[in-house]
Amino acid sequence: MPEKIISYQPDFSQSPRVDQVGIIERASRFTKRSIKNETKMNGLLLALNMIDLTTLEGKDSEGKVKQMCYKAMHLHDAFEGLPTVAAVCVYPSMVKTAKLALGDSGVKVASVSTAFPSGQAPRDIKIRDTKFAVQQGADEIDMVISRGKFLEGEYNFVFDEIAAIKEACGNARLKVILETGELGTFDKVRKASDIAMHAGADFIKTSTGKISPAATMPVTLVMLEAIRDFYYKTGKMIGMKPAGGISKSKLALHYLVMLNETLGESWMNNQWFRFGASSLANDVLMQVMKAKTGVYQGKDYFAID
Amino acid sequence: MATTKNNTLKLKFDSARKYAPALESKSAATIDARYDLFINGKFEKPQSKKYFSTINPATEEKLSEIADANAADVDKAVKAARAASDKYWKKMPASERGKYIFRIARMIQERARELAVIETLDGGKPIRESRDFDVPTAANHFFYYAGWTDKLAYAFPGKDPQPLGVAGQIIPWNFPLLMAAWKIAPALATGNTVVLKPAENTSLTALKLAEIIREADLPPGVVNIITGAGSTGAAIVNHPDINKIAFTGSTDVGKIIQRAIAGTNKKATLELGGKAANIIFDDAPIDQAVEGVINGIFFNQGHVCCAGSRLYVQESVYKEVVRKLKDRLETLIVGDPMDKNTDIGAINSKEQLNTINKYLKIGQKEGAEMYQANVEIPSKGFFCRPTIFTNVAQSNRIAQEEIFGPVLTIQTFRTDDEVIEKANNTPYGLSAGVWTDKGSKIFNLTTKLRAGVVWANTFNQFDPTSPFGGYKESGYGREGGLHGLAPYLNLG
Repeated sequence: MPEKIISYQPDFSQSPRVDQVGIIERASRFTKRSIKNETKMNGLLLALNMIDLTTLEGKDSEGKVKQMCYKAMHLHDAFEGLPTVAAVCVYPSMVKTAKLALGDSGVKVASVSTAFPSGQAPRDIKIRDTKFAVQQGADEIDMVISRGKFLEGEYNFVFDEIAAIKEACGNARLKVILETGELGTFDKVRKASDIAMHAGADFIKTSTGKISPAATMPVTLVMLEAIRDFYYKTGKMIGMKPAGGISKSKLALHYLVMLNETLGESWMNNQWFRFGASSLANDVLMQVMKAKTGVYQGKDYFAID
Repeated sequence: MATTKNNTLKLKFDSARKYAPALESKSAATIDARYDLFINGKFEKPQSKKYFSTINPATEEKLSEIADANAADVDKAVKAARAASDKYWKKMPASERGKYIFRIARMIQERARELAVIETLDGGKPIRESRDFDVPTAANHFFYYAGWTDKLAYAFPGKDPQPLGVAGQIIPWNFPLLMAAWKIAPALATGNTVVLKPAENTSLTALKLAEIIREADLPPGVVNIITGAGSTGAAIVNHPDINKIAFTGSTDVGKIIQRAIAGTNKKATLELGGKAANIIFDDAPIDQAVEGVINGIFFNQGHVCCAGSRLYVQESVYKEVVRKLKDRLETLIVGDPMDKNTDIGAINSKEQLNTINKYLKIGQKEGAEMYQANVEIPSKGFFCRPTIFTNVAQSNRIAQEEIFGPVLTIQTFRTDDEVIEKANNTPYGLSAGVWTDKGSKIFNLTTKLRAGVVWANTFNQFDPTSPFGGYKESGYGREGGLHGLAPYLNLG
């Protein structure tokens, strides 16, 4: 049974306000950090180890998923001692294939669920969708919140739905996708974060990757600050997953600086932070090889699965 | 699981300061072994024959020798400025004058890296700030005022704006290049000529600006930059042929200047000290408010006349704000100003460090609780840990007197009226900050706070288009914006 966080439901109209100008300024300040030498190398390896390698397309097939799983375990065998990614992220129908392909590699299988990406389905279908993915072997569930209900002000509906999915997850860790690109303001992102954490989320996640804008540094910072306040309030650590739009290693390092200086070193591992990305890995690999050999290699030297 | 009590939890930031060094290269700048006085378009040896050393406050190493101008040197500079005014600058079509000022702005941008490096070496401020704030903002001031040059009649409709003549300008050590820009740009745009004295600790970027002005081919004598300490400044203030004094610095010196020019025809603007209140209400965006407080007091090591040095927090959010401030202190990087990751650099001089340390002792003696960031500071050079005082009362000296360092006092309040009264209960009135999500509260406070600048949900924002200046002992006259033109003009 999932542990109950707190015995009361807070008043979500009281979520702290976020100042747009201030949050954007603060987020841009992290990009001014100059990350060099061993700090850069450590950061790049850590970033690789935090990736949820993702494929979420209508045309996903067993072949595609198997190949991606191999990549997840063997990022670039020309460089010995590279970490694996944290997880692969697939549709429920592909969980079994991924689970089999990954074996005992330690790479987790994350499955989106709850009628991803729109979430426009009845609750019982969302619960079945989730239970199916867990039965197929998913270690982690990436659910979407009902943004329509949220924007209607039906916060209790959103809360109850997350709590119901958390229950359906069993031992699988639950990532709650807020789809920040549809929420419109930082205040709403903060409120949705608070609802998700209080309802039982293990992770909060920015985006499906299907809506633009996806993850941005300011929106991620709003969520990190919500996690920080929740930690001080309850003692419970919540993970963070920005997803979509992070494809360059330099940007990934900026995110890690932001994490390091907002939540501190306890969060600096893939238990508590993930990048949802499909093309970030190769850019990081390119930088890693540059650091090792002193020269950039062409993109054709890195596998594209 | 039961709700955990706040005080047992602590985020760990041990790794937050452990970034590999990222040093800016000193070779980006050339510093001569010795600098003379810039008078009448060329560098001239001082008639005093004296020079003084300028050092890098982060290493205590000597950087260069600077000429020490005496009264005769000042007289020479004023005569050159007067001649340039009569001969060239007043007669020149305004649009031509504007071209020179635009040229200076562009040349500052072209030499931005060199200027930033010298500013940091000479003054101790972090290279990130010199690079991202001081130098670009200085260029922006020249750009902005260049645009006004041929539009003065539109700035003051129905008037006939005429230049005053020769402006004597004395600037402080906290923003050496930027303050030079604040002073020189509006003076030139309004058709005045200039004798400017930088602070003796930080003359180098003003002298680099003199090189730029020479290269920009300004007519000789339009800008004269002479170096020296207090007696040089006094010689400028007391010179009979100066029409206007523009001073930025301490309130004590401001009062001396005020006395010295009493009964003369000299106009003056004085931009003096401050002890700004930064006010956090319980409905504020707390995380952004905390960040604003951090920037408000630790920007430029707190060597900012408008620094938000008095924090007032509404009692219902006091604990949360203090905890967040303490967490934030743990991620501030203190150290080598040339490292691109440094947040807080060196205190500008040994004297200033002594002053700050004196106030730290006073604060503890007064019974306030001192909390300092848990950070190692370099053994050489002048450094001070970022410091906050809690349990502070309005009657404490640390809450009344300007410390001009990285030291914040925190007091609590209960109601709007109470905090307005406390915030205004100071001889100063340069700036203030208000943090609340409620627009009507912002307008209520901004009309009642006796401060020249009131920031709402932000702090330490500067823009050439915006006027800046003080109430009460923070001085008078405005710099920046359209308002900054008037003090340099005879509006007849």
